Amino acid sequence: MSVDTATVIRPIERTVLRHWRLEFGQIDSAGRLVGAAPDEEVAFLTLDVAGESANVLSREVMEELDRLLGELATRHLRGVIARSDKPSGFIAGADVREFGKIDDAAQAAELARGGQQVLDRLAGLPFPSVALIHGFCLGGGLELALACTYRVALDDPGTRLGVPEVRLGIHPGFAGTVRLPALIGHLPALELMMTGRAVTARRARRLGLVDDVVPERHALYAAQSFLTRRPKPRRPAWYHRALGLRLLRPPVARLLARRLRAQAAPHHYPAPYRILDLWRNKASPATEAISLGELLVGRTSRNLVHLFLLAEELKRRGRTHRHDIESVHVVGAGVMGADIAIWAAAHGFRVTLQDQQPEILARAVGRAYKFFQRRFKDERLVREALDRLVPDLAGHGVRRADLIIEAIVEKAEPKRELLRRVEALARPHAVLASNTSSIPLETLAQSLRDPSRLVGLHFFNPVARMQLVEIVRGKQTAEAVLDRARAWTAAIDRLPLDVKSSPGFLVNRVLTPYLLESVKLLEEGVLAPVIDRAAVDFGMPMGPIELADTVGLDICLSVAETLAGPLGVPVPAELREYVAQGRLGKKTGRGFYRYDAKGRPKLGWRARRAPAPAHVPITERLVLRLLNEAMACLREGVVAGVDDIDAGMVYGTGFAPYLGGPMRYAQSLGTTGIGHSLYRLSQEYGERFAPDPGWSQPELLLRHATPA
Amino acid sequence: MAQTRVFIIDGTRTPFLKARGEPGPFAASDLAVATGRALLARMPFEATAVDEVIVGCVIQAADEANIARLVGLRLGCGLQVPAYTVQRNCGSGLQAVASAAEHIQLGRAHLVLAGGTEAMSHAPVQWNAAMAAWLGNVVSARGFTERMRALVRFRLSHLQPVYALLLGLSDPLVKLSMGQTAEILAHRFGVSREAQDAFALQSHRRLAAWFDAGYAADEVEALYAPSGKFYTEDTGLRRDTDMAQLARLKPAFDRKYGQVTSGNSSQVSDGAALLILASEEAVRRHRLPVLGEWLDHAWAGVDPRQMGLGPVHAVAQLLTRHGMKMRDLAQMELNEAFAAQALACQAAWDSADYARAELGLDAPLGAMEPERLNPEGGAIACGHPVGASGARLVLHLLKSLQRKGGGTGVVTLCIGGGQGGAMLLRTAENAA
Repeated sequence: MSVDTATVIRPIERTVLRHWRLEFGQIDSAGRLVGAAPDEEVAFLTLDVAGESANVLSREVMEELDRLLGELATRHLRGVIARSDKPSGFIAGADVREFGKIDDAAQAAELARGGQQVLDRLAGLPFPSVALIHGFCLGGGLELALACTYRVALDDPGTRLGVPEVRLGIHPGFAGTVRLPALIGHLPALELMMTGRAVTARRARRLGLVDDVVPERHALYAAQSFLTRRPKPRRPAWYHRALGLRLLRPPVARLLARRLRAQAAPHHYPAPYRILDLWRNKASPATEAISLGELLVGRTSRNLVHLFLLAEELKRRGRTHRHDIESVHVVGAGVMGADIAIWAAAHGFRVTLQDQQPEILARAVGRAYKFFQRRFKDERLVREALDRLVPDLAGHGVRRADLIIEAIVEKAEPKRELLRRVEALARPHAVLASNTSSIPLETLAQSLRDPSRLVGLHFFNPVARMQLVEIVRGKQTAEAVLDRARAWTAAIDRLPLDVKSSPGFLVNRVLTPYLLESVKLLEEGVLAPVIDRAAVDFGMPMGPIELADTVGLDICLSVAETLAGPLGVPVPAELREYVAQGRLGKKTGRGFYRYDAKGRPKLGWRARRAPAPAHVPITERLVLRLLNEAMACLREGVVAGVDDIDAGMVYGTGFAPYLGGPMRYAQSLGTTGIGHSLYRLSQEYGERFAPDPGWSQPELLLRHATPA
Repeated sequence: MAQTRVFIIDGTRTPFLKARGEPGPFAASDLAVATGRALLARMPFEATAVDEVIVGCVIQAADEANIARLVGLRLGCGLQVPAYTVQRNCGSGLQAVASAAEHIQLGRAHLVLAGGTEAMSHAPVQWNAAMAAWLGNVVSARGFTERMRALVRFRLSHLQPVYALLLGLSDPLVKLSMGQTAEILAHRFGVSREAQDAFALQSHRRLAAWFDAGYAADEVEALYAPSGKFYTEDTGLRRDTDMAQLARLKPAFDRKYGQVTSGNSSQVSDGAALLILASEEAVRRHRLPVLGEWLDHAWAGVDPRQMGLGPVHAVAQLLTRHGMKMRDLAQMELNEAFAAQALACQAAWDSADYARAELGLDAPLGAMEPERLNPEGGAIACGHPVGASGARLVLHLLKSLQRKGGGTGVVTLCIGGGQGGAMLLRTAENAA
C-alpha cells in the first residue's frame, strides 16, 4: 500500500505519538490510501508499539489511545479503522511484564477499570469502527477488537484470535467477559475464555467473532466497506442467546463447573471458576475488574506468569543464533523418533525418517497423517506436510541432511556404532544429535572422528504436548553446535534448555527418585490408584505409576540403571521383573496397570474407591524426594540456575504449574523447613531422604545465571 | 547447435498396485511424488538443480491438470523449474524420456526429471452427454415454469455412467477394445491360447524370481499410504498361478470364442516411474554416477486394428538406422500389453514375408532370443499403469543390464491408436 503523504496526513495538533499513528483519507479500489472529501474521511489508527516486536497494550499505549479517541470523537468522520503495523500481528495482549510490578489487588482493579474506560470510549464513538486483524489478536487485543463495531480478519493460517488470560491464572479485564458472550453467544464465549484456546480466522468467522475473512489484497478495502455499508452488527443465534436467561445461568454454571473440575482443581486454578462466577452473576465490567485484581496478585497467577516469562526467556535463547538447517534426518522410527520427525515436518522442515523395517515406517506415516489432519484440518496443508516427511528405508537422507537425530534403542553400543556410520556419510557441517535420555554424551561421542559435532537433543513424550527439549552439552560439544541446536529447537516451537551431560540430565534425574519412591510405596502395599491420586491432587498431570507406564517401563529401567550408581539408589526388583516379562507399560497394554484399547488404565471398583492409608505421608514422600534431587542438580550445576530447574520440570513433565516449579515451591515453603522434613523422613524411612547439602546453602537459590 | 551425449543417472519406480475396482490409495501425483522424492534423496544435488520436469500421463485427473507441474512443485524443485506433461497413450512414459533426451542433446537442459505416472483406478466415472445437456438446461432455465419444463425432460438413461477407463482402452476410430486388437493378432499369427498362457505364466515366474533375489531393492521404492499400509511389491504378481488356473479363465474381450483373458493380458494398475537424465556437463559438475546412455529412439505408425505390431516397425527402424541386428542386443524389454501381442511381434520379426511386405527389408530381423526378452517378466505380471510403463522399461533395462555386466539393449512398446515406440540404450560400462 502506498501512502500519498503530502495530501493525506494531517497530524493532530500538539500531540506527540510514540506508538499510534493517525491518518485520514480513504482507500481507493486499488487498495491505496488517498485523500477524501471531509465528510467521507476515514481515520486510520495504526498501532506500532515502539521498541517491541509485537504490539502489547501497556499503560502508555492505552493512555495514548485514550487521547486519540478524545480527539477523534469531535470530528465528523465516516468511521475509524484500527490496525497494526507489526508483521507479527494485531495485538498480542496486555504487557505481561507489567504484572509483576503490581502488588495490590485494588491497584490492579484500578488499572483494568482504566482500560475499560478507554475501550468504552472506542465503543461509544459517534461513528462505526472496524478492527482489521492479522496474526495474533489475543487477550486485551481481542477485547479492543470487541469494542469496535466490526471485525475483519486476514485469511491466513497465522491469524489467531483468543483470550488466553486463563493460562496466566487470570481472566479478561477489559470487559471481555461481558462483550464476548454478547457477540458470539454464551457457551462459545465461555469455552474460549475458560480454555484460553485461540482460533483461526475461519473458525472465528464461523463463531461470529469476526464479520468477514478476507485475503490481504482486499483487507483495507473490505474494512472500509463496512464503514460505508454499515450493516447491522452481528448477533448470536437465538439458541446461543437463550442460555443467558437469568434463570438458566446458575444450573448451566453448575454443570460447567462439574466438567471443569475434572481438568483443574479450583484451589489450584481459580481463574476459570471465576469466569463462570462472573457469568452466572451477570457481572458488570466493574466487578470483572475487581475479580481480575484479586487473581492477578494471587499465588497461582504469579507462578503462571513467572513460568510464562521463563518460557519466553528460553525462546529468546533460541533466537540468538541461526540454525542453518533445512533438512533433517531421523534414525529410528519408534514412537519417539517418529514423533520428532512428524513434529519437525509439521514445522516446515524436510525430514527423512529411517528405520530398518517398512512396517515401522508405515506406522509412522499413519501416525503422521492422523496428526497432520488434526493439526491442519485443511487437506492441502496435510498433503504438504506429508510430502515433507519422507520414509527412508535405505537411509539416503543422511548424506543431504543438515541435522541428523539418532533415536534408536536406548543402548550405548548400537548408538555409538550408528553415530560412527552416520558421521562417515554426513555432510561436514551437519549437526549430529542423540535423543538419548540418560547415556552420557561423552560416551557416545567416543566413536566419532570429530566428537565436537555431537549434541544431545532430548525430547519428551508426547512431543506435541511437552514443550521442553534438553540441549545436552557434552564436555566435547562445540559451542557453535549448541547454538544451532538451540536455534533449531526454537524454530520447531519447543523450548531449548541447556543441561550438563551428567547421568539422567535434568528432568529424568529429578523424576527418578520420585518414581522409585512410588514403587517403594507399592511394595509397602499402598494401592497404585491411591498413590497416583495423591500426586494428581498435589497438581501433577498424572500419577507416578501411570507416568512410568506411559513412558515405558523399559525406558524407566534403563534410566534407573544409569542413575543407580551415581545416585546410590537401588533399582526395584519389580521393575526388572516386569520388563523381563515384556510388561512394558501402556505400549504393551500392561505395566503396573492393565490398559484398555484406548490406553486408559482398567481399574476395579475397589481400587477406585480405596482410601489412602492414614499413617503414610504419600504426597510428602513423593514430592520431597523430587525436591531433594532438584536441589542436588542445582548444587551440582546440571543447569545454570533455579529458574532452569523450574522451567525444565514444568515444561518437561508438567510439574504442578500453579506452584511455579519445584524450586519456586521449595522457596515458598522455606528451605530450612524442607531440610527438617527430609531429616525427619530419613529417620523414619532411611538414607534416601538424607537432605541434600544444598538446602543449607541459601546462596544456591540466588543462582539465576544465564548460560554462556 | 553442438550436440551432447545424454546420460541416464538413476531411476526408481513405485510398486505397481493392481486396480481392484475402487480408487486406490494414491492419486497419480502422489505416486510420482513418492517415487520422485526417494530418487532425489539419492542424488548429490538439490531438487532445485533440476532444469525441467517432464511426466507422461494418459488419463490426467481433473484436479491434476498438467500433472508434471504439480509433481515438480511437490518435490521441491522450486517455482522456477518449468514442467510439462506428455500424452502418447501407452508410450507416454517413453515419450517423456525421449523429450528429455532431445532437450539435453540440443543443450537446452542439463538435468531433467522425466518419467510417467498413472492412477488407472482413479479414472473418472462421468455423466453421459444427455445428462450433461439436461443439467445445463435445468441450471440455465429462468422462472418456475421454464425450470419445471426442463426438469421433466429427465430420463432414466441419463444415469448411465461413462467409464473413462473403458473409453481410454478402446480405439476411437475403429471402435475395437485393445484386447480385441490382440485377438486379431493372435488370429493372424496363429498364437494359441496355450502359448499365450505359457508366456503369461513365465512372466509371473520371472518377476517373482527377481523380487525373491532382492534385485528389486535398487529399482522399486516402497510406498507408504496415509492409512499406515505399505507396499514393497507389485500387488498383481501371482506367485501361485499355474497353467491350469490360467486355462480356466474366460475370454475377457471377445467373450464367446476369444483367446485373450485377464490372465494373459497386462493388468490395470496404479504406479509411477521416474528417471534422472543428465548432460555430460551435469555429470561432470555434480560428479554423477552414470547408469547408462541414451542413444536414439524411433516412433512408427501402424493400423490401429493391429496396434500391437507397433514395436515390430519401431525396432526395425531403429536397428536399421544404426546398422544393428537383433543378435547385437544384449536384452530387449518389450511391453507385454498382451501375451498374444508380444508373441505376434516375435513372429513378425521372424517372418520373411512380413519383412518384405511390411517393413521393406530383404531379410527378416529375426525374433529376439526368448531368454533375453523380458528376462524379469513384464506387464502381465507387474501391471501396466499406461503412463508409467515406458519409463519403467527404460529403468529396468538399464538396471538389469548393469547387474549382468552391461550391454546395449532396446525398449519398445505398442501404443494404442496404432503406433510403436522404441529406444536404444546402453549401460555405463559400454557408454565410455
